[in-house]
Amino acid sequence: MTEPTAPAAKEVWITGIGIVSSLGEGLDAHWDALNQKRINVDDKRFAPYIVHPLAPVSFDAQIPKKGDQRQMEAWQRIGTYAAGLALDSAGVKGNQEILGRMDMIVAAGGGERDIAVDLAIMNADAKGNSSPAFLNERLMNDLRPTLFLAQLSNLLAGNIAIVHGVSGTSRTFMGEEAASIDAARIALARIESGQSEIALVGAAHNGERPDLLILYEFGDFNLTEKYTPVWQRDDKGGFALGSAGCFLVMESREHAEARGAKPYARLTKVVADLAQRKQPGAVTKSLEALWPKLGVTGDTGNLITGATGVGPVTSEEKEFLRQHPGFAVRATGTMFGHTLETQFPLGLALAALSLSRGALFPPNDPTGLEVEKPGVPDQIVVLGAGHWQGEGMALVEAIK
Amino acid sequence: MRRSIDGGNMSAPRDKFGRPIVVVTGMGVVTSLGAGKKDNWTRLTAGESGIRTVTRFPIDGLKSTMAGTVDFVRVDPVSSTGLTEQLAKLATEEALEQAAIGGKADFPGPLFLAVAPVEVEWPQRLELGRAIGKTDFGYEDMLRVSGGGRFAAFHHRFMFGSVASHLAETYGTKGSPISLSTACASGATAIQLGVEAIRRGDADAALCVATDGSVNPEALVRFSLLSALSTQNDPPQAASKPFSKNRDGFVMAEGAGAMVLESYESAMARGARILGVVAGCGELTDSFHRTRSSPDGKPIIGCMRKTLADAGLEPEQIDHINAHGTATPENDKMEYNTTAVVFGDHLPKIPVSSNKSMVGHTISAAGAVEAVFSLLTLEHQRIPPTINYEVPDPAILFDVVANKARDARVTAVMSNSFGFGGQNASLILTREPA
Repeated sequence: MTEPTAPAAKEVWITGIGIVSSLGEGLDAHWDALNQKRINVDDKRFAPYIVHPLAPVSFDAQIPKKGDQRQMEAWQRIGTYAAGLALDSAGVKGNQEILGRMDMIVAAGGGERDIAVDLAIMNADAKGNSSPAFLNERLMNDLRPTLFLAQLSNLLAGNIAIVHGVSGTSRTFMGEEAASIDAARIALARIESGQSEIALVGAAHNGERPDLLILYEFGDFNLTEKYTPVWQRDDKGGFALGSAGCFLVMESREHAEARGAKPYARLTKVVADLAQRKQPGAVTKSLEALWPKLGVTGDTGNLITGATGVGPVTSEEKEFLRQHPGFAVRATGTMFGHTLETQFPLGLALAALSLSRGALFPPNDPTGLEVEKPGVPDQIVVLGAGHWQGEGMALVEAIK
Repeated sequence: MRRSIDGGNMSAPRDKFGRPIVVVTGMGVVTSLGAGKKDNWTRLTAGESGIRTVTRFPIDGLKSTMAGTVDFVRVDPVSSTGLTEQLAKLATEEALEQAAIGGKADFPGPLFLAVAPVEVEWPQRLELGRAIGKTDFGYEDMLRVSGGGRFAAFHHRFMFGSVASHLAETYGTKGSPISLSTACASGATAIQLGVEAIRRGDADAALCVATDGSVNPEALVRFSLLSALSTQNDPPQAASKPFSKNRDGFVMAEGAGAMVLESYESAMARGARILGVVAGCGELTDSFHRTRSSPDGKPIIGCMRKTLADAGLEPEQIDHINAHGTATPENDKMEYNTTAVVFGDHLPKIPVSSNKSMVGHTISAAGAVEAVFSLLTLEHQRIPPTINYEVPDPAILFDVVANKARDARVTAVMSNSFGFGGQNASLILTREPA
């Protein structure tokens, strides 16, 4: 009979990290790129819009069957690839016993559209020669039957299950930046409470998509003309979409120790909220309300933010950061662009990587908001404030 | 009423595993049969179909021309996402009114929302195209006219988090609302997330909503191209034929289901009427194929067994199955084969029915809509029929509740949901706390 009081929360370790982005793939490549302050932007392909394109990747390495690759669009290939890297990094790749009971929470948007089909229909409509049946007929005749599966949000998780065998549970959260904050929050809560022992959590984003540029252009969110680091963008600001996939393996300390897994870091806390951003300062207020719930121990520390660079949210986030001047800040948007659902897992991954390497990576910011931080970090705060809604933070700690 | 006398957490009404019991204190439902539990139950138990020929948009050139559309709810401007949100609001308001919990716009817990993936839709895409002011344009031309605020409303409407954001604001749910998709199992997953939050002690109450208003041309075409839809268009109300030999696919439909979940302790403390218990939840992923189940059925079998174990029940204690029963050739056969393994000799004693014969497949909403119907089945001790059951499939030996509702003693219902992407989820609902 289980004791009917809540048991003490289990400690949760990050034991696997998989990253693929505009800066390359894997932990060493990213650590080197961050230390060399490398940035990979393409301002020609979608000019005047700027994107951080995916670095060349051989998908065969993690998705061996060409048939599987053909069934996916780019966002699913990026995510399935990053998930494979995370499983390798955790040492559980191919371990059917563990994969068969591994819980998965993916934060996802939707997949690429068939742009040629869309344009043909829109042009015919604009010419005024489309009959009522035209849309139906063109869609019936021109859409690839399997494209739907490459667009469906939950099919990134589906592909990870098929390709890598992660087949305990599978949940897909949606809702832009907040989706992955909640994915980490729920995975942590489930493991802490014993509802889960090991989980794969992450997201993927293909930033090289005209349909996404249009979606964000509706809200004037895109950075145009000239690339600048996040903190240098003016009040109107903007984000440069980035391509990236990032997955983490999280597990209870007992589970990790029993299988002899080496942790990168401990995930101590994830908090999130949804401010109704109707009054100026709502984001600053929301972040200030979350801060005391994190368990940060002092007035100095380290903070990795997924700040988008769009106004007014990034200005309001700066206002929050000004209240915590002892924290050395790093904005991933400068190096990786804005990767929407992937931005928060990326922050968690870089926090865990920094803690495991015993150093925070250097600043990359001509405005001086980011400062050098010598010494060995023992806590890193990860912050995410979505471009239009959703705020959250995590505390990642070193395991000594 | 069971109230312990020794005080503190030790006294909380717990299940046999020591977890807080999760009860339902409010329910709401909208389908093509109508808005609200009363209308839906009356028409469901009368064996009426909500499936009709689509009139919302031209059907020329489509292979499947019928759906369970909710035509009595209209939104302006027209969008599937807007309708999805409106259906969710109708179901939520009914559930909140029944639960009488919290203040106005002050629900004391989190929101878990099952919702169809969102994207820019054709009416808006065509509006953008017409704004370009020339023909033979490309994406660069679309981009040129997209900004400047003229289409700012499209951004907000077509964000994946938009429906949840509006519900969270309207009903004052707490914290970050979660929008989720597990395809056709989404509704069950929303309930499962609520159950888990209450069992962890993270919340005393949770609002679990599942909604889908996405009958539009492209959605119909997409499912049609995967050969998933029935093409027996005439008469439309006879198209959805779960467990029949001549079934040929599902019928797309719209709807929403909402549930207020609470810990038994908190519901009792405020004197709430308890409508039922979510005794168990389970899920198990199938990694076999994007749209097909593993031929050995092991993931579905495992899902049902996990759910029984989670509820602490034996197969013999289940006395009704609210089947996924989509009426696709593959689903119904697989569902029978796997259920037969789990329930064995007891299976002939379990009446099985598919609500989808009448309301169609409400996709993202189905798991919650059918959970509401399962609780109404428990309340009324009457099982809604599977209509259009004229030619039984000899390979499916369920005791199908054929064509007419059946009065029965029902104490525990299993409700199953299976979706593309290997999603399997089951719930067990009971009348009283064990």
